[in-house]
Amino acid sequence: MTEMKTKAGRRSRASRSRGGSGSAALRKGPSLWYAAPAMILFGIFALIPLVGVVVLSFMNWDGLGAVTWNGLGNWKAMLSDPLTLNGLKLTLILTLACWAVQTPVSILLGVFMAGKQKYRAFLAVFFFLPLLFSSTAVAIAFKNLLDPQFGIGKAFGWKWLEQNFLGDPKTALWVLILVVSWCFVPLHSLLYQGAVRQIPASLYEAARIDGAGTVRQFFSITLPQLKYTFATDSTLMIVGSLTYFDLVYVMTSGGPGNATRIMPLDMYIKGFKSYDMGGASVIGVLILAMGIVISLLLNKLSGADKMESQMEGV
Amino acid sequence: MKSVVKALAVTASLAMLIPLGACGSTPGGSSSSGSDATLWVFNDNNTKPVRDAIEQWNKDNPDKKISSETFANDAYKEKIRTAIGSGNAPTMIMSWGGASLKDYADQGSIVDLTGDLKDTVDKTVLDSVAEGGYVDGKLYGTSFNGVQPALLFFNKKVLKEAGVSKEPQTWDELLTAVNKVKATGKTPITLAGGSKWPYLMWAAYLVDRIGGPEVFQKIENGDKDAWSDPAVLEAMTKIQDLVKAGAFDNTYQSLTADDRKDVALLVNDTSAMEMQGSWAYPDFVALNKDFADNNLSFAAFPTVAGGKGDAKDLTGNLSNYFSISSKASETQQKNAIDFLKNNTYSDTMVSSMLETGSVPPVKNAADKVKKADTKSGFYSYIYEAASEAPSYQLSWDQALPSDQAEAVLNNLEQVFLLQITPQQFVDNMNKTLK
Repeated sequence: MTEMKTKAGRRSRASRSRGGSGSAALRKGPSLWYAAPAMILFGIFALIPLVGVVVLSFMNWDGLGAVTWNGLGNWKAMLSDPLTLNGLKLTLILTLACWAVQTPVSILLGVFMAGKQKYRAFLAVFFFLPLLFSSTAVAIAFKNLLDPQFGIGKAFGWKWLEQNFLGDPKTALWVLILVVSWCFVPLHSLLYQGAVRQIPASLYEAARIDGAGTVRQFFSITLPQLKYTFATDSTLMIVGSLTYFDLVYVMTSGGPGNATRIMPLDMYIKGFKSYDMGGASVIGVLILAMGIVISLLLNKLSGADKMESQMEGV
Repeated sequence: MKSVVKALAVTASLAMLIPLGACGSTPGGSSSSGSDATLWVFNDNNTKPVRDAIEQWNKDNPDKKISSETFANDAYKEKIRTAIGSGNAPTMIMSWGGASLKDYADQGSIVDLTGDLKDTVDKTVLDSVAEGGYVDGKLYGTSFNGVQPALLFFNKKVLKEAGVSKEPQTWDELLTAVNKVKATGKTPITLAGGSKWPYLMWAAYLVDRIGGPEVFQKIENGDKDAWSDPAVLEAMTKIQDLVKAGAFDNTYQSLTADDRKDVALLVNDTSAMEMQGSWAYPDFVALNKDFADNNLSFAAFPTVAGGKGDAKDLTGNLSNYFSISSKASETQQKNAIDFLKNNTYSDTMVSSMLETGSVPPVKNAADKVKKADTKSGFYSYIYEAASEAPSYQLSWDQALPSDQAEAVLNNLEQVFLLQITPQQFVDNMNKTLK
């Protein structure tokens, strides 16, 4: 009963907005002054420091003494430093792997949570939980659970869990990728859940009349309808992984060796352990440039700049 | 203009922290204005005597109050330097001596205390520790904490079961002990590799025992190619020998020291030995007093055959030092100096330190230390070791400028992980000397 009411409500709201979009006032949009508060905040907290970082990347500063000009010195030093290349490689692996792990899981979970199955709401609460935990707490918890001497493997005598997960350069990064994914899958499945709920039921009804099964419906209707959510969500994931820091810092601080010294961590260590603020700024600028290029590229590839309605004729 | 550039630099460097999220907030209300002298201090057990002393001082001198804020060790280390650089330092700046103290002095961030406190310090503090507060012959820091050399701790029971009757005195005896313990299935040596700095103690002692204190002295002076000394190469080779012999079990890379898991492994009979700073002793007592009294023994780092270093040489942390910020107001400076004059290892401070388990680096205190000693004789052992050490080398990561310190930690870890050869270590480290 309630269901029908909401559905009817949604339809009427949709038709109202479609009718209103024709008016000249709306097409012109609100005054640009509306954006002023956001722009001022963005300017103070993002643009000005950003310019500062770029300027600082040409300077020498140890956090204490005078700031001196160094020209391209920092850039040359950082670009020839094997740690920078190592960080770049690890960041790319982390980004790609996080994306590859999280996307399918998030889509499946999102589709599941958008349905009307038994126990769905109950299970959804559990899927959502990791998002509520502070990442430092998660990191400390996982670090202790995976500890070969005192962890869960030792406690229950499970030999296969009693491994040197975070101490072996070969496994450390992959363990981190799994933990990061565990933390962020809830957020992304939430996005997909919302997107799936937006798909008009009439599409599925039509498919069912044509004899399509659940699997066919998923691939022919659900997935194509998620196209733009996929683009947005992938951008979020990729840019997020590029700048990811906290879990890695707490769980391994870049070790063992440099096996998990991803770029943001490399920047932090250079800046706040070695006190080479110039060098750290170079890495900061590199991360920034990568982030901008990749998100523009994703925007272009997904055709988000000319996003059009997928519901024409519905 | 200069100050504009610096302001921009500070903003920019802090901006790098923005995406790093919840790494802690900037401390508020600690600027140099106001009449109270300010102080940032650790929240650990070792600083309890000084925190108590400040509380007492504030009660006795309501007109010369010192307000203190406490921090965790690592949080403090990362915060203090930017605070000083941006002019937000507390009146009393705590440090470990070494390169950072020298930096602060060279930049004029801290004031020369020679006139006010030299007499007090020279009269009371052990020479080797007092020396850590001097930069170019001028007093910039006064020590206030216990003395903290690194030494080897042993689990007597595990050693005995393996057939090792006494603590190894030479490197060869150590290797024999490692093999014997390994044969019983226990871990010969616990090493908290996940924390990285425990690696340094091995390297520092080996270099000292093989080449004497002069080798690191040259490195500290920044002499060209100072790391090429054969003693460094031999020390790194010996470290890799130890790793290859399986001295540190297979999972030492994920063991961390801040949560005291390393100490626990010795207490629960999993391993036979560990190199740690004397600051670990209170943790042994806290975990299992019976173990600390009856089953724990300790000894100096073994000698190396043909080595030049004295078996009594120490490395580790000297102590912690207080310096006075030059940005603080005159009243703040005066009040802080008054406090230091009256409380630098005063009788109350000394007894309260011995109660909390740290050994004060104070001249002519052998009797007091002995009286407060535990069953194992640990306090007297540390006191004598610190008083008699011909050379007392500050931990490498504190002695070297921060960029070199970070490089040593990073490269040394790769030596332990067998990712680079001793020669590569030497080459990489030489590159950091300018």
